Amino acid sequence: MSNPYAKLPAWVEYGLVPLINLAVAFLVAGLVVLLVGENPFEAAYHLINGAFGRGEYIGFTLYYATTFIFTGLAVAVAFHAGLFNIGGEGQAYVGGIGVALACLWLDQTMPWFVVFPLAIIGSAAFGAAWAFLPGWLQAKRGSHIVITTIMFNFIASSLMVYLLTRVLKPLGSMSPQTRTFAEGGQLPKLDWLLAIFGLDIGTAPFNVSFLLALVAALGVWLLIWRTKLGYEMRTMGHSPSAARYAGMSESRITVITMMISGALAGMMALNPIMGEQGRMQLDFVQGAGFVGIAVALMGRSHPAGIIPAAVLFGVLYQGGAEISFEMPSISRDMIVIIQGLVILFAGALENMFRPAITRLFSTSSRRAAVVAQTKGA
Amino acid sequence: MDSIAIELRGIDKSFGPVHANKNINLKVRKGTIHGVIGENGAGKSTLMSILYGFYQADSGEIHVDGKHISIRDPNAAIAAGIGMVHQHFMLVENFTVLENVMLGAEENQILNKGIAKARVELKRLEREYALEVNPDAVIEELPVGLQQRVEILKALYRRADILILDEPTGVLTPAEADHLFRVLEQLKSQGKTIILITHKLREIMAITDEVSVMRRGEMVATRTTAETSVEELAELMVGRRVLLRVEKGEAKPGDVRLSVDGLTVKDSRGVTMVDNVSFNLRAGEIVGIAGVAGNGQSELLEAISGIRRAVSGNVSLNGKAIDVTGHVDPKALRDRGLAHVPEDRHHVGLVLKFEECENAILGYHHDKRYLNGVFLNVDAIRRDAEQRIAEYDIRPPNARLKTANFSGGNQQKIVLAREMERGPDVLIIGQPTRGVDVGAIEFIHKRIIEMRDQGKAVLLVSVELDEIRALSDRILVMFAGRVVGERDPDATEGELGLLMAGVEGRKEAAE
Ligand SMILES: Nc1ncnc2c1ncn2[C@@H]1O[C@H](COP(=O)(O)OP(=O)(O)OP(=O)(O)O)[C@@H](O)[C@H]1O
Ligand SMILES: [Mg+2]
Repeated sequence: MSNPYAKLPAWVEYGLVPLINLAVAFLVAGLVVLLVGENPFEAAYHLINGAFGRGEYIGFTLYYATTFIFTGLAVAVAFHAGLFNIGGEGQAYVGGIGVALACLWLDQTMPWFVVFPLAIIGSAAFGAAWAFLPGWLQAKRGSHIVITTIMFNFIASSLMVYLLTRVLKPLGSMSPQTRTFAEGGQLPKLDWLLAIFGLDIGTAPFNVSFLLALVAALGVWLLIWRTKLGYEMRTMGHSPSAARYAGMSESRITVITMMISGALAGMMALNPIMGEQGRMQLDFVQGAGFVGIAVALMGRSHPAGIIPAAVLFGVLYQGGAEISFEMPSISRDMIVIIQGLVILFAGALENMFRPAITRLFSTSSRRAAVVAQTKGA
Repeated sequence: MDSIAIELRGIDKSFGPVHANKNINLKVRKGTIHGVIGENGAGKSTLMSILYGFYQADSGEIHVDGKHISIRDPNAAIAAGIGMVHQHFMLVENFTVLENVMLGAEENQILNKGIAKARVELKRLEREYALEVNPDAVIEELPVGLQQRVEILKALYRRADILILDEPTGVLTPAEADHLFRVLEQLKSQGKTIILITHKLREIMAITDEVSVMRRGEMVATRTTAETSVEELAELMVGRRVLLRVEKGEAKPGDVRLSVDGLTVKDSRGVTMVDNVSFNLRAGEIVGIAGVAGNGQSELLEAISGIRRAVSGNVSLNGKAIDVTGHVDPKALRDRGLAHVPEDRHHVGLVLKFEECENAILGYHHDKRYLNGVFLNVDAIRRDAEQRIAEYDIRPPNARLKTANFSGGNQQKIVLAREMERGPDVLIIGQPTRGVDVGAIEFIHKRIIEMRDQGKAVLLVSVELDEIRALSDRILVMFAGRVVGERDPDATEGELGLLMAGVEGRKEAAE
């Protein structure tokens, strides 16, 4: 009786319910658009067209999705161990140092496929290190991770301002950013991947870190459901008292989980730094760490849910930009409202329509059972 | 002529492949106490949840006072005069008694007036049914017996005429249970109708007027209590004859496996829960610890198994010391041959959200046979789990089912199977048969005795005196944290009862 809702078929649970939530979110968003005196159908058209209308747009959508897959996975890993890592933003930001160092060191002498692995390790290591401290503080001193990770976001932000204005900035330059990397510090685009579908990537920065994101998603699935560590993390996430009974060390799992989470967040930095700009700039994370929370919620902390959720947010980012470009009375803030509505209906109000759907399905399955019986007789 | 308070006709309910209720018919007479018994997973809780509107039946009709009604949710049940006390209480822990009783029946947005009225009404109910409880006490500070009383008051406050109690005595001390039964008699004499689910056939014989038996989702019989017997009921439930008392031969105690010396344990508030306890546990014997719940037995088990830190004392396992006052790794204890069936299976012994097979390795997940390097060997885990399910007759036999969806007794079997099947040297068991049906009790008791006969040392804690007497080779009685006496298993119930109440013990200690 712990679960008041009867079990639904998988396609309803993972397909229909999120779809209905999404439809309602867009319905309400449409009303908001109507409220500012614009045509919601036109807005919807620009959203869809802006995200999928051309090969280039699709490239942008998937570029954003790549970023959100990393941060979504980061939040999800921590969720499984019952930890709420709000520090993805800071961890990604600091992860950028690892990427920048690898690129600045080798970009002029080595090809990208040598620099890339080093940059991956660097970003993961810096991200993990940044998450280690809050994890350790919670494990040893009981300082709550929600509080400390938020604080570490601010520290990260100040640290990066310092580094980018004093240390990593080339001499004589006026802007707070590293020098632009040579070819070895820039990731190849996935134009060939879009070309398979007959699409032209245009100027979109869709790059190989997308493939890394997919590998990371698979890795997270393996970690959570197929390794001993993942088993321990899930035990602790569901029941700390059972974990203690089973002899699992709470502090060890807390620290390791946070480091894995931080490493995933840190790897997000590869996408904008090596994949798009070819240099590290101030504020390159742009809130992706927070979007990761919504992505993880919507994707039910499962990689197979996180990827489509990340794509959805990619659509909202890319298509949203298009709306505000085409329809000036809808500002960027409106887009943020729409994103907020999606988070609200898909995450927070996730169970709102479930009872009704459950009722619907229990009646229809009853009918099916009756039919089966009469057939049998 | 007696009228019928509740009639169920052709109730049917499936959860996916599990057919929990099959075409159930049941008539409950007004003003009677009607018992419902059946094996674990027979579908008792499901049937009552349908009556209370938690689940919807796939088909069938519910008639209350002769009227066909549809109960879509608990509110509809309450409106029809049905109240329910759940197997696991549904109270807000940090609310007061009064707030809990009012919750959901506030009548008014402005609470003040409602509170005053509720207080008066609560007082009246308390007096009428002898259900004293301080309305301003906070729930989490009340003992379980009183919490249950609040659940009953809650139902009465909503003017329930029909009261469903799902295994109400599982968590109660004998004295609390006696009080509960007096309350139920009182309610009956006022014309209320009561449905009582329990695994304890003695309770059925003592208090019910009629009893219905369920087996594997079907209603197999209804008897007038005065015309049946414990033996007949047990046989109806299980479908075969049941040994209500297991047979066991002489114990052949060997070496000391576990020795406890001067163990003292305090709880988080600093209250001494275990006070200077010493005893030895030998290979090939079962030592039972009797006592009313809350006299330190739980803390004793927790300290020995490394979950709770002791203040002072020495414990050694197979002759080697366990650092009970420092850091104990439960994993290391398992490796050294200690297995532990915790009292609280829902929070400690199991992760309810896990699949059955995942719980079957809890604590043993370091075992090489379940690992390929850092990866879990899922095939081996599932294969072993399926084997255990077959050996222990866990139902439904599905290793991938979520543990929360097993009935209480089957959850207990999952824990027992895990801890017993590894052949530990020392097995400590808390409440092995809480909420478990007679057939399974027989099975579990047999296994425990088998373990003893294989030369294992068993430490058994139970609040069921019958169980302690049936299984133990020696009985230690705990009262207020101390061991107040040791007795043979043939000591009379009265003698043990006095010790448990702290009466004899004081004399003995003084001598
Ligand atoms: N929500 C659910 N989803 C799937 N199966 C369920 C669910 N609830 C109960 N079951 C299954 O239905 C059957 C009947 O369970 P129920 O809880 O009614 O048994 P019970 O007679 O109350 O047993 P116990 O005496 O152990 O409490 C069991 O096989 C159980 O596993
Ligand atoms: Mg039950």
